[in-house]
Amino acid sequence: MLAKAMSLFLLGLVRLLTGAQARWYGCPPKAEQRIYFANHQSHADLVMIWAALPQELRSITRPIAARDYWTTSRLREWITTRVFNAIYIDRARTGEQDPLEPLVQALASGDSIILFPEGTRGHAEEPQPFKAGLYNLALRFPQVVLVPAWIDNVQRVMPKGEVVPVPILCSVTFGAPVALAPGEDRHAFLRRARDAVIALRNV
Amino acid sequence: MLSFLRSLTPSQQVGALFVSVFGLLAIISIAAFLLTFRTRSDARDESRHEELRNFRRLLGTSWFMVTVFWAAWAAGDLMGTLLFALIAFLALREFITLSPTRRADHRSLVLAFFVVLPVQFWLAATRHFDLFTVFIPVYVFLALPVASALGGDTQRFLERNAKLQWGIVVCIYGMSHVPALLLLDFSQRNFTGKGAFLVFFMVFVIQTCMVVQHLLTRRLRRPPSIPGVSSSFNWPCWAAGMAAGSLLGGALSFITPFTLGQAVGMAAIACAAGSLGHLVMKALKRDRGVPAWGPRAAVTGANGLLDRVDALCFGAPIFFHSVRWYFGA
Repeated sequence: MLAKAMSLFLLGLVRLLTGAQARWYGCPPKAEQRIYFANHQSHADLVMIWAALPQELRSITRPIAARDYWTTSRLREWITTRVFNAIYIDRARTGEQDPLEPLVQALASGDSIILFPEGTRGHAEEPQPFKAGLYNLALRFPQVVLVPAWIDNVQRVMPKGEVVPVPILCSVTFGAPVALAPGEDRHAFLRRARDAVIALRNV
Repeated sequence: MLSFLRSLTPSQQVGALFVSVFGLLAIISIAAFLLTFRTRSDARDESRHEELRNFRRLLGTSWFMVTVFWAAWAAGDLMGTLLFALIAFLALREFITLSPTRRADHRSLVLAFFVVLPVQFWLAATRHFDLFTVFIPVYVFLALPVASALGGDTQRFLERNAKLQWGIVVCIYGMSHVPALLLLDFSQRNFTGKGAFLVFFMVFVIQTCMVVQHLLTRRLRRPPSIPGVSSSFNWPCWAAGMAAGSLLGGALSFITPFTLGQAVGMAAIACAAGSLGHLVMKALKRDRGVPAWGPRAAVTGANGLLDRVDALCFGAPIFFHSVRWYFGA
């Protein structure tokens, strides 16, 4: 109940601040199992892409949140677990545990996920090189559709180090799905996926 | 008929005004809708349909504005002011989106959105009209560069501050004069509680001026007078629009505290400010390389709001101050 109210409040807030527009260019919003992968420049990215998805997709799509940031306060933890239904991931690799394990579980149980393959927030215009996670998931779940997305303008809403967001219109552009070709090399695939994200900037 | 209208209370009169405006709009809209059924056989019909489409878009804007004003009036003074504050907020959001800011501007932007805007509208709602008039041009204009300077980034300092101050003047200062007009009191002229008539007068004459100008531009196809700024603007059509707006102002003088001549003059002032302000905003858009405000493609309803209200943002402060200055209200 409280989580529902919080999610409505956050949706309203994000729409008021950013417009939260979704632009579907390469594929329609459809309830199939998908991995959305996008550029990452701000903590607000997660909220932004979550708010841009239509209601019926939002409930079956789980964002990935970095455990070290999103569990530091009770409120953040509550929001990520109860409102976003997020999957935590450890950015600092500890021992032999596979960091992709929680994602594999979520995908195996039929959920869609939102992934930021750069691993961390970038500052530059173009996203940093993608990490291998996207390739490994694509290899293990060939039936899941990989949808690139470009999040525009969000870094202006809340630059690193600021706490008060400023209202600026942002949009999330979803592009045509990318598929892993049979026998495709990891680097070639990651470069292609990154290019697909960058290409959406000028759609 | 007129004596019956005079016997009504001010709010009943305003209500009757809105009923007649909605009725008029409905008739025009239905007529425009029926015209779309005409079959198209040649190129001339095709261009006429294109014209009709444009006209219906303009009608949509008029519906939007009349509905907003009706809601503002019906909801009472406070809600009305809040409504215009929200419009100013959305318009400024569009303006800032298209005027890229630097990281160091963040604090100034926070000030603009969350301090300047609420304070300005609060001053309007509480009728502190003296401070309301100077708050942004004097205090904010000196305070914002201080906030920017404290940010420590001097690159393109003047340009960045100018952008932000322009956004504030057009979107916050201009828009805040609409509710202020609603609250303006001419007690000595037996005009208490009829501020809505003034707002209606101003909006109606500005909108008429723009519509006439637009329709004539389509029909006459004169070469543009200022091709660098607008591909359609030309002086003869502008003058015709001005004349239409001013004459309408004279015809509406019975709902205002003005005499016939004063009403024509006030309408001319409002039309000139509104239509030329629209031109200024077009120049700003051209500079940014976009046909309309909002992100590249308009997807949600909030986009292009500034296109709809920019004439008002320029017309309202000038109309407000000339009324106050002339009548000492």
